[in-house]
Amino acid sequence: MAGAAAAGGIGDKVDWRLAAPLGLTYLAFFAAPFAILLGISFYADAEQTRLGLDSWTKFYGDAFYLKVILDTLKLGVFAVTATTLLAYPLALLFRAVGPRAQRVLIFIILMPLLTSVVIRTFAWIVILAREGVVNQTLLALGITAAPLNLLQTELGLVIALTQIEMPLMLLPLLTVMNQMDQNLVDASRALGASKWRTFFRVILPLTLPGWVAGATLVFASATTAFISQSVIGGARLVYLPALIWQQSMVVYNWPFAAVASLTLLFTVLAGIMALGWLGRFARTG
Amino acid sequence: MLAPAPSGAVIAQPLTLDGITHSYGAGLAVDNVTLEVKGGELVALLGPSGCGKTTLLRIVAGFIEQSNGKVIIGDRSIDTLPPNRREIGIVFQNYALFPHLTVAQNIAYGLAARGESREIQLERVREMLATVQMQAFAERKPRQLSGGQQQRVALARALAMRPRILLLDEPFAALDKNLRLDMQIEIKRLQRQFALTAIMVTHDQDEAMAIADRIAVMNSGRIEQLGTPVEVYDQPASLFVNSFIGSSNLLPATISGKVEGGYAVALANGAAWQVMSPARFAAGQSVIVSVRPEQMLLADEASPARFPVMLKLSLPIGGEMIHDVTAVDGASLKIAMPRRPGMVASTTASAFCGLGEHARPVLFPLSPS
Repeated sequence: MAGAAAAGGIGDKVDWRLAAPLGLTYLAFFAAPFAILLGISFYADAEQTRLGLDSWTKFYGDAFYLKVILDTLKLGVFAVTATTLLAYPLALLFRAVGPRAQRVLIFIILMPLLTSVVIRTFAWIVILAREGVVNQTLLALGITAAPLNLLQTELGLVIALTQIEMPLMLLPLLTVMNQMDQNLVDASRALGASKWRTFFRVILPLTLPGWVAGATLVFASATTAFISQSVIGGARLVYLPALIWQQSMVVYNWPFAAVASLTLLFTVLAGIMALGWLGRFARTG
Repeated sequence: MLAPAPSGAVIAQPLTLDGITHSYGAGLAVDNVTLEVKGGELVALLGPSGCGKTTLLRIVAGFIEQSNGKVIIGDRSIDTLPPNRREIGIVFQNYALFPHLTVAQNIAYGLAARGESREIQLERVREMLATVQMQAFAERKPRQLSGGQQQRVALARALAMRPRILLLDEPFAALDKNLRLDMQIEIKRLQRQFALTAIMVTHDQDEAMAIADRIAVMNSGRIEQLGTPVEVYDQPASLFVNSFIGSSNLLPATISGKVEGGYAVALANGAAWQVMSPARFAAGQSVIVSVRPEQMLLADEASPARFPVMLKLSLPIGGEMIHDVTAVDGASLKIAMPRRPGMVASTTASAFCGLGEHARPVLFPLSPS
């Protein structure tokens, strides 16, 4: 949903008629349902008989639901942080190696995208379970005495999401990283800057547009990753997507589900806007 | 390890390359190059692409670690120093200005990295902007500057560090022809003013001739000849140097006898010349005589030292008239003669070609080189 909204905004300066097919589709299948969703959220009861702000006040007045919002945001931030910390070293390596090694790296990076999210998520269950690969290795090496609880924890979920979302961070970052002039790095070094200083003063600012694109994709998909959140997080960890599903499909409280949906939308949008602001800051700063 | 050069130091340090060898995989990019650049001297590394000149420059800068040999500044080897500790200023071919920083921030970049105080940075930036006459552009971004302006900033950025050595990588390649002469004068002026030992990499012989004190002509990883521009132009050490520096006419000939300081040669096209040469040739040996186009002339009268040619084309290029002629043996020659005002093109179809008054042809052995 968030991606669709962003794509709709890009067409501003192009002849609007070119955007008509997609625009009309969005109007029919995004804008109209969105209006309906907004409308439903203002029903006060699950049976949709009475108008009122009860669903909104109930959602935003309850510490449990506020924590769900916060957890969802946190999950997005964690996923962005973890992918960033892993992607930058890889992107720097990618820059340094020859074209043949680059092709191999690209293939390895893209490989996760060739498998469906569901399968990748279930693979992580095998890896993270109490009898899984990670725990068996740790136990065999004597690093831990008892198996770690990785499934149904935030840590396990962030690990899985990091692997699943990694290509989304890497692809835009690699593109920008590869376009950066090596002479700029050399110039920085020749001017007396250390490798770290060169990274923070030259490489990072110049690759920030790529990072912003990647971080936006990772944030949007991590916060809305219903399958991974439910399968690895289980019932113990509740995020907005699961809450929406629960309210709409189990409890049948559609007004409340509508409030949760809109909240998720605004959460993702807020994240994207924050990242966009960072990107603008990088261009002018 | 290295004491920072005291501010305002005017004692230029010599740069010595001692037996530098570098190989990429199987190929030898730089093959045992030894070069002494005197303090305050500007040496041009001149050669075609792939001759190893850029690799050599990157070795001096520390971006590439040579397989063998030493780089010495003053009397100290700098091979163990990373690029950021070598105190070498570099001007890159594309200037490599940081696009996200203003002109002033670009110039201050190295000073900030070195930990200079804000006041010193500001003062030095002001001073460098004045030196390259870019005071009005301090707050501009590099993309808002013309090529020449960008190069001035790149120079200011490098010189703000008070480097011991200045490296120039194809400094004029990206400039308009009209701007080149201005920038060549500018670079020469700054190099003198800052008493810098400098190496310039270029594939353009005119650039090298214009501003270098000495030229090292490189070919397949080796220095073929090291000498002043005039030496390299007038007394090329090899056929490669001869062909790379300026244009020349190559005429097959045979040594017919020895004369004082040189040889009598019989050209394949029939003319007989006396050519001064310090090299050793045997009588009857096949040689190639190289003559610069401007050292030849076209005449109407025949003589033993002239050979008949057919005039194909005459191009008035500025103050010169370039004639494209064909000798009887089919060889194509170029002859450059001063153009008399009003002279458009020669009308005669045939003429006699000989040596000009001060011509200094050069002999090369005809060997499978």
